[in-house]
Amino acid sequence: MSDAILTLDNVYTDIAQYHVLHDISLSIPKGGVHVLLGRNGAGKTTTLRTIMGLWRARAGVIRFQGTDITALHASDIAQMGVAYVPENMGIFGGLTVEENMRLASKTGNFDEVRLKRIYEMFPAIEKFWKSAAWSLSGGQKQMVAIARAIIEHRELILIDEPTKGLAPAIIDNMIEVFHEIAKETTILLVEQNFHFASSLGQTVAVVDDGRVVHRSAMAEFQSDKELQTRLLSLSLDQHQ
Amino acid sequence: MKRLINITTKIGGINLLPVGIAIVALILIGNPSTWLTLTAAGLAMGMMIFLMASGLSLIFGLMDVMNFSHSAFVSFGAFIAASVLAWLSGWNESGSVLLNLLALFSAIGSATLFGMIAGFLFEKIIVKPVYGDHLRQILITVGALIVSEQLILAVWGGSPISVPRPNFLRSSILIGDVSLETYRIFAFGLGLAAFIALRLVLNRTRIGLLVRAGVENREMVEALGFKVERLFVGVFVIGSGLAAMGGAMWAGYETLITPALGAHMMITVFIVVIIGGLGSVEGSLLGALIVGLSGNYMAFLFPKMALATNMIVLLIILMWRPYGLRPAVKL
Repeated sequence: MSDAILTLDNVYTDIAQYHVLHDISLSIPKGGVHVLLGRNGAGKTTTLRTIMGLWRARAGVIRFQGTDITALHASDIAQMGVAYVPENMGIFGGLTVEENMRLASKTGNFDEVRLKRIYEMFPAIEKFWKSAAWSLSGGQKQMVAIARAIIEHRELILIDEPTKGLAPAIIDNMIEVFHEIAKETTILLVEQNFHFASSLGQTVAVVDDGRVVHRSAMAEFQSDKELQTRLLSLSLDQHQ
Repeated sequence: MKRLINITTKIGGINLLPVGIAIVALILIGNPSTWLTLTAAGLAMGMMIFLMASGLSLIFGLMDVMNFSHSAFVSFGAFIAASVLAWLSGWNESGSVLLNLLALFSAIGSATLFGMIAGFLFEKIIVKPVYGDHLRQILITVGALIVSEQLILAVWGGSPISVPRPNFLRSSILIGDVSLETYRIFAFGLGLAAFIALRLVLNRTRIGLLVRAGVENREMVEALGFKVERLFVGVFVIGSGLAAMGGAMWAGYETLITPALGAHMMITVFIVVIIGGLGSVEGSLLGALIVGLSGNYMAFLFPKMALATNMIVLLIILMWRPYGLRPAVKL
């Protein structure tokens, strides 16, 4: 696929003596939200961490905008325009919200227009701008984590389970925000919440036991209940 | 009770612990002038220990590196300062305060500079290959501590070396019937200046922001596009320089030093880092002041307990706060 922003070709990743990813191949088109689904322990988080350079791939090639980034340091990958929002949010609790945001901008200064948009998306960020980040609620921390990823223009944002532990009302709000963000960038989303994933995703890849076992458009996957049950082995109705 | 807690939190909370210890000591000692002398000694000692401990705390906090040879920089700092003071004895003994100051700052400056250069080489050659591997870090840095102790033996010999204090710091200031050694006042002032400078850098600069963030979550700082290893070299250099500065001040405080000084201080420094909370400069200051004050009070009140003081303090604080008083990482 020539318009792919990110491709993984036969990527293998080991963590200590464990083979976690066996032969992951993915192609993420430029623009929009693309979802990685799979059971717990299937290798979704490891896939994101390998792309970001936080785990090293043992074999295979990862290309970002045509450049081989497989062996690059996480900081270099970030410099190329990839942002990462980890599952634990990676908030610096001892720092203020402002300092958290400042770290995410290359120069330490803010683009006022972007900042204003972030305030509109997440009013809590403006409200708690000078507060220590550890004092925020889980949902507010998640907002800071996402705001940090979009305070500057990024080509690709890797987001690991942003809805984990959040109240349903906040999740619905988050869907709107993600739609907004996806207008100008590409999001690769790891998600367990099928309602959230299917409302946003354009394409879907299902990972199982360290392999990609299914790739399709989200609409196609969504309409095939039998496939969902087989691949994710859970009753998805309760999530919809 | 609740109101009392609220009030103490408002006026400084845990930072008031050294004040609390001082008040309890005053009640136990009873004699205000003895208490003041002990308090001044404790504060001066605490500030010197802070110089040695703050770097170690940041080094551990930022890269999770266990540097058991940190105290080698303390020893080298002490011996280099002693040599420089002996070499500049003309200035050192002179009646002119200016020449005294020149001698003193040359001694502290050379010790600190040596610590920084040695720290840079040490990080590149010894620490870098063992990033992320605690067992090897302990083995190689303990080995380096032994080697450096032997180096000091080879260069300065095994017999204790006397350290001449600069002329103007030999006197005492009399306040009523309390005499305060000027050297202690100077040691306190220098430590305080280092603390303020460190705080300004950590809280007001972008590099400081990166260090504070890195101590909390190194991986996330890297994922935001920064190379923490480069930052760490800088922290290591500053930390080693501060340790050597602390050693230089300690040499003048003790006035008689032996090559075992570093290894002896190491235990105290580790205790301070642990009770203060890893990675926190404020915690190190708090821990150092508590250790300095309680050491002096205990030596006066219960001389037989003096040696055990640090361990008792460590035990009590860890039972109360397992992560130390002011850990850098807030969850």
